[in-house]
Amino acid sequence: MTMPYYASAEQVMRDRSEYARKNIARGRSVAVLSYADGILFIAENPSASLHKVGEIYDRIGFAAIGRYSEFENLRVAGVRMADLRGYSYNRRDVTGRVIANAYAQTLGSIFTESMKPYEVELCVAEVGEGPEQDQLYRLTFDGSLVDEPDFVVMGGQSEAVTAQLREHFLPGMSLAEALRVGVAALSSVSPAAGGGQLPAAQLEVAVLDRRRPKRTFRRVVGAALDSVLADEPEPPTDGVAAGTHAPSEPAPGTPAGLGDPGAVDTAGGNADAPGRSTDADGVGGGTDGERR
Amino acid sequence: MSESSTGRSGFPPAYLDRVGSSFTDFLGATAPDLLPGRRALPPLPAGELAPHGTTIVAATFDGGVLMAGDRRATMGNLISSRDIEKVYAADSWSVIGIAGTAGLAIEMVRLYQVELEHYEKIEGMTMSLDGKANRLAAMIRGNLGAAMQGLAVVPLFAGYDLDAAAGASPGRIFSYDVTGGNYEERGYSSVGSGSLFARSSLKKTWRPGLPADAAVRTVVEALYDAADDDSATGGPDAVRRLYPIVYRVDAEGAVRLPDDEVGAVAAAVVADRTASTDQGA
Repeated sequence: MTMPYYASAEQVMRDRSEYARKNIARGRSVAVLSYADGILFIAENPSASLHKVGEIYDRIGFAAIGRYSEFENLRVAGVRMADLRGYSYNRRDVTGRVIANAYAQTLGSIFTESMKPYEVELCVAEVGEGPEQDQLYRLTFDGSLVDEPDFVVMGGQSEAVTAQLREHFLPGMSLAEALRVGVAALSSVSPAAGGGQLPAAQLEVAVLDRRRPKRTFRRVVGAALDSVLADEPEPPTDGVAAGTHAPSEPAPGTPAGLGDPGAVDTAGGNADAPGRSTDADGVGGGTDGERR
Repeated sequence: MSESSTGRSGFPPAYLDRVGSSFTDFLGATAPDLLPGRRALPPLPAGELAPHGTTIVAATFDGGVLMAGDRRATMGNLISSRDIEKVYAADSWSVIGIAGTAGLAIEMVRLYQVELEHYEKIEGMTMSLDGKANRLAAMIRGNLGAAMQGLAVVPLFAGYDLDAAAGASPGRIFSYDVTGGNYEERGYSSVGSGSLFARSSLKKTWRPGLPADAAVRTVVEALYDAADDDSATGGPDAVRRLYPIVYRVDAEGAVRLPDDEVGAVAAAVVADRTASTDQGA
């Protein structure tokens, strides 16, 4: 007969935290910054298909580090919750706080009740009307939820990156400036940067663009990313990835939530909407972003 | 994940199951009462009690596809709405038009829009056009019980096929029947009470490879012909400035044509018909 070992609750929690923290610390970093026209996500991610950054809803984005299968699971759960809420109430009733709370509860219960905690750290970002209204929630593996101003950094060397950002971050930066500051901060701790700046191939960049009407999330890839990194004027939107389109505007008289999959609430319509004939502007897959 | 289910406000277990990327399936598992097809049906035919939407037409043109719908909804002998919209963008590359019981149809369109967006977010890519057409067929199939009680919903679906082979027309049209049958149409199609007349009109005016503006005239004229002979289809209403809803889907995505543009086309159709009344048309 073996006797079960006694382990104090304190010891168990400490072991789990240590386990999670150790594995998370091996991961590459992610930075989420608020800038003049939205929220910028920068992840060091050599994979072009296994994303660390994703869209949850119209104005809500998601970034994560750690074990892919676990945070992907959580991302899908967030999308489901947001879509279900938006479908049964209204698109306007989906807020970042609700999603962040659900993540906190879920991570908390997994941490206390299952053998192995999730080895993830999440950021739920909701873009507001202006930078002051941006909400950045940071969630750790044990379910603690923190609302951080200006920027969130996650990953093994988050402290070093945070210190860098604290020094160079300015409220109201342009996209190119914010990207430069963010990439420099990530590059300073990354072995892949080799002392210089991380190349575009090692970066996953996306924005929640507050100027866009409905689905604000778009990925910045290819030529668009290169030119923002080089701080040139952005080329036409052909570099912007497919996946989040800007459909045409709904018209007056459209029932609430109808007419346009991205419409927040089209009841009563939008007086100037029908005059726009070329809202969806991408060619062959990318319809995000304004015409420039 | 059963531990997260008891007394906590985190995600219920079904949210964390990696089962699929369909919002409809997810609703079926977590909130079946929200699905249009899962409700207890009234014992008697209820078709007379609810507004019905009527004629929708679609036609391909050189580089895409058009869909147009009139603005009338009827309830028995009454006109219940003069400005209802029955054509919607389903996502950036496809449009859906609905004929039948308006309430159910609008609910179905909403669900369908979320379905496509949900897939796009979870999978990180847009569903193929054939995939979209099949998802819609499944949704109509779920409504068969209601259709038997007089609450039928019959959509018309059209989209720009991003994967179209070179040389093939990228604009494609799919029609449906109440049992969820899904048929790809060649060139043009129509659905709803005035569809017989609209189709006859399209048969004479539509040609393969029409330019976009000529195709707009074709579909607006088809609706005019439908309104001419079908009491449940509304014609262009110059008094209230209500014109058919016309969506164009091409390489730029789904775009609703501005009312001014459609109004001008409708006025041209009316003017041509007025001029030719001497010949008895």
